[in-house]
Amino acid sequence: MSAFRHAVPAFAVLALAAALPAGAQTLRVALSSEPTSVDPHYHVLAPNNALAAHIYDALVDTDEAQRLVPALATSWKSDGANKWTFQLRKGVKFSNGKPFTAEDAIFTFCRVAKNETNIAGGNKDLIRGMKSIEAPDAHTLVVTTVEPEPLMPRLLAGIQILTSSIAAHGKITFSLDTNCGVTGPWPTVTQFNEGSVAIGTGPFKLKSYVRGSAIELVRNDDFWGEKSPWQAVKFVPVTNAGPRLAGLIAGDYDLIENPAARDLGRLKDDKRFAWVSTPSSRVIFFQLDVARSPSPFVADAKGENPLRDVRVRKAMSMAIDRDAIAKRIMDGAAQPAYQFLPTGMFGTLPNPPVIRFDPAAARKLMAEAGYANGFDLTITTTNDRYVNDSQIAQAVAGYLSQIGIRAKVDAMTRAIYFPRRAKREFSFSIGGWGSAEASNFMRYWAATLDAKKTHGTSNYGGLADPEFNDLISKALVTMDDEKRAELLRQAGAKLLDLHAFIPLHFENTIWAHRADLVVKGRTDQYTLAMSVAPAKK
Amino acid sequence: MASYALQRLIQSVFVLLAASIVVFLAVYGIGNPIELLVPPQASALEREELVRRLGLDLPLWRQYLVFAWNALHGDLGRSFVHGVPAIELILTRLPATLELVVLAMTIALAGGIPLGLLAGLNTESRASRLIMGGTVLGYSLPNFWKGMMLILVFAVLLGWLPTSGRGETVEILGLKTSLLTLDGLKHLILPALNLSIPNMALMIRLVAAGTADAKAQDYVKYARAKGVRPRRIVGRHILRNILIPVVTVAGIEFGSLVAFSTITETVFAWPGMGKLLIDSIYQLDRPIVVAYIMLATFLFVTVNLLVDLAYAALDPRVRLVGEAG
Repeated sequence: MSAFRHAVPAFAVLALAAALPAGAQTLRVALSSEPTSVDPHYHVLAPNNALAAHIYDALVDTDEAQRLVPALATSWKSDGANKWTFQLRKGVKFSNGKPFTAEDAIFTFCRVAKNETNIAGGNKDLIRGMKSIEAPDAHTLVVTTVEPEPLMPRLLAGIQILTSSIAAHGKITFSLDTNCGVTGPWPTVTQFNEGSVAIGTGPFKLKSYVRGSAIELVRNDDFWGEKSPWQAVKFVPVTNAGPRLAGLIAGDYDLIENPAARDLGRLKDDKRFAWVSTPSSRVIFFQLDVARSPSPFVADAKGENPLRDVRVRKAMSMAIDRDAIAKRIMDGAAQPAYQFLPTGMFGTLPNPPVIRFDPAAARKLMAEAGYANGFDLTITTTNDRYVNDSQIAQAVAGYLSQIGIRAKVDAMTRAIYFPRRAKREFSFSIGGWGSAEASNFMRYWAATLDAKKTHGTSNYGGLADPEFNDLISKALVTMDDEKRAELLRQAGAKLLDLHAFIPLHFENTIWAHRADLVVKGRTDQYTLAMSVAPAKK
Repeated sequence: MASYALQRLIQSVFVLLAASIVVFLAVYGIGNPIELLVPPQASALEREELVRRLGLDLPLWRQYLVFAWNALHGDLGRSFVHGVPAIELILTRLPATLELVVLAMTIALAGGIPLGLLAGLNTESRASRLIMGGTVLGYSLPNFWKGMMLILVFAVLLGWLPTSGRGETVEILGLKTSLLTLDGLKHLILPALNLSIPNMALMIRLVAAGTADAKAQDYVKYARAKGVRPRRIVGRHILRNILIPVVTVAGIEFGSLVAFSTITETVFAWPGMGKLLIDSIYQLDRPIVVAYIMLATFLFVTVNLLVDLAYAALDPRVRLVGEAG
């Protein structure tokens, strides 16, 4: 890269920064999508959650492989029924100097339930499902739920703890009817964005949040855990992949998230840069309309829906060359998927049956089902949501045409796609979902719709299999981890047999960075300054 | 005069009203923002609460009436995505866009007028052909690609300027501007240049055509015959006469750059209003889109109204027509 040698000013600054002691550095990060708020309870979105993780802590944290690790709670246990007990960490201070106690946790849960400026995300339901929260002493929290909730620690990892000192209050108790003892107004999203109430116990403190421009953090020197090597962090939203990578090469950023995989060739021979490509837990799949007939975008000669036949669905899955898609379309930044969560995560099958790419066998299966002459199908896809989404759909259409299915692709922007999918206007549609344990996907996507229990809220294909529903319902209230994992494996195996979803691959997340940094990629796709350290010399 | 002014004012109000209805319907027609905002983990209850809070449970006509009533009181609604007042979100972005557009227009005029004169005065010269050929490129190459090329050359290869984003700002009279810091200016140059190129091309073509036309006019010939110095002919006689369309076009371009310089702002991650608009459209953030269009319409309508009133004041015929009608 002889050209780069001319980049004197920017590079000189960079070299200077590299020469400084680690403690004095600012980490400059270019983000592909911007957090919409500093309020950790505002909207459950990956960029928001990632930002919040710098400033606040939850009772429980998740590591880079989404395993639960202690945070503000040092340990937790359930009584095997409806009660969870959390031991809280002692000696922790908020960035305004106030000590952290059980009262802050209760205050936080009340705020989540009472929040009137947030966007629905499921946490309100979690708190409303709590019958009581008691604090026998300042560092013990006992949560009693209405229904058994085996996922309580996992779910509480999504609720960042605030200090009760940001609202006027008397004695704080978990009584939603009496406002939990809070007498003043609850803090609003605007106050968080301005920074006045953005007070947490996390490794960083908020310095400024200027929407569209930058988010600046400074190290919290009183942090209870391992202190960051970065004195300050600056996040800059650069939504376009091209300028983001250019910014890295020009020395404007130390780390960028989501460079386009096909552009990485430019960094290959350049010793000053490196990248990590980490398989994520986000599965990309196709959801099939399996129940009704006729269906809007698929029809056989009689106008009926051939996707109701499991043999047809299986044949379609067998006709797709997942390895080729991962290698060529995804440029290697994807892992072929044969279940809905990467093997090894809680409740997954240890050896999911590999769906072999076998067009001949698929054609035979089609003939067996009476579709030797195929049928007409339109694959609907987003073109701006998942990595290479419309190209993937194109490729799948090509594969399906090899077994006689006359497949077309209809690609559209997500703003149009998601509302239409919710109205069940599609027959064969792309989807993506990231989660941390196996029940999540099955509960929301595959279980039959039950609005009361929040099951099947994304079951747009109308799948209704009583045996599967039983298994997943049972798993969701089984407190014993071993038994629950077993139920989930049974449900998972059943779901794969149904072929109502065709899993394609797990997306990799890519971070490109200066070669003198060490970056730990995360399966949840969060970009955290805590995952980045200067390389040891 | 008063009745004419009143008539125009009423017309303007109707334009605003029509614009608000069209935009409201258009954004409403795309789809339901709830599907983009709410994940499947949210219960039906939680979801309904949000729908009600955002007012999306009401029939369309009532949603519109609520919006119109609030708008009359200066409240254009709250962003679905950000949860803060739409108008506040837009206005905090205004300074960034304004400084970008002012600089871009300055570059376009400062470069476009002299080059256009040069090209128009000697239409057959090689320089003129070069300039006119350049304008075709400047006008027809896609903005997005030009932006990437500017980044590649000036930021990546030469390393003179930062790739994107807005630089350091200082606050003046409550407005944050990056025009007065070195870092801020460095960040401004590339996006301003990118924005100015098509406009400069437009200016060059306008001025060149005007000049070529004017120099064949009798008054120029007469001036030349009279022995007026060439410099004075160009400066006083030609330029003055061709500036009228230039000013008009520059004004229109200024307005549309302020409202819709989305591509440049996106490529350079410039935190301006155009980027806000495009992001909001993708997220079906209806309050922002509607407020934005309303604000832009208001801007154009006000300018038009003032211009029309000025015409009326200057030209009695307009007034008479107004009163007769």
